[in-house]
Amino acid sequence: MSIHELMFYLFSGMILLFSVLTVTSRRILRAAVYLLFVLVSTAGIYFMLNYQFLAAVQLTLYAGGIVVLIIFSILLTSHISQKFEPIGVKKMVFSALAVAAGALLSIMAILDYGFDTVVTTSQNPDMELIGTSLLSYEKNGYVLPFEVISILLLAAMVASIVIAKKEKSK
Amino acid sequence: MLSEIPLSYFLVVSTLMFFIGIYGFLTRRNLITILMAVELILNSVNINFVAFNRYLFPDQLEGHFFSLFIIAVAAAEAAVAIAIIISVYRRYSNIDVERVDTMKF
Repeated sequence: MSIHELMFYLFSGMILLFSVLTVTSRRILRAAVYLLFVLVSTAGIYFMLNYQFLAAVQLTLYAGGIVVLIIFSILLTSHISQKFEPIGVKKMVFSALAVAAGALLSIMAILDYGFDTVVTTSQNPDMELIGTSLLSYEKNGYVLPFEVISILLLAAMVASIVIAKKEKSK
Repeated sequence: MLSEIPLSYFLVVSTLMFFIGIYGFLTRRNLITILMAVELILNSVNINFVAFNRYLFPDQLEGHFFSLFIIAVAAAEAAVAIAIIISVYRRYSNIDVERVDTMKF
């Protein structure tokens, strides 16, 4: 077994284990920390696929930004020592059945379909290429989604300030 | 080398992660844990995009940029969702989806 396979099994095992813990843990802060582990292992998968810029974005934005935001809101809205009540058996069984059926169907479809992979020497796209494609309006340029996403981020920022603002007391 | 691992392995991992997220979405009752399940789902889709990009079209970067934009949208979504959650908490003093039902008909 080569080092690549070993890394892949390690990262995917961590992803699956901590995903399950994220959705089943009865303490909310622990669930957030498990989510952090899932996101870090996903960044490991990106490093393995040799997309280093994407992995860095995943680490800083997802693992660094979103998880911290979630942990802050947990601290604002719930008591740390509080445990969730266990979910009803009926709900759990039916959800698990539906999810298992969906997963089985999708995995069978994936394994059945023959992808004609053309993986060559996997090279890391360098920063210059990423930067110029983000700002180019030629073919394979992404300047329009780039501008749209900047407006979206501004709108989301203003909206979250307005929504979370304290209402004026009458 | 990377070619030792078939593409379908990545897809199986991301499928399982997606459906674990769905399971959390169905069974959780706290709004923040539902948000975390949605983040799991978005993340699994990202793995799909990146793996397809690397294995099927290695000389183009479409999947790579799609994942970048998905990450940005997920950040915006999380910010707005948490603002809404804090606003709900301020009004009802809890964020349990089954107890916040004022607008239910």
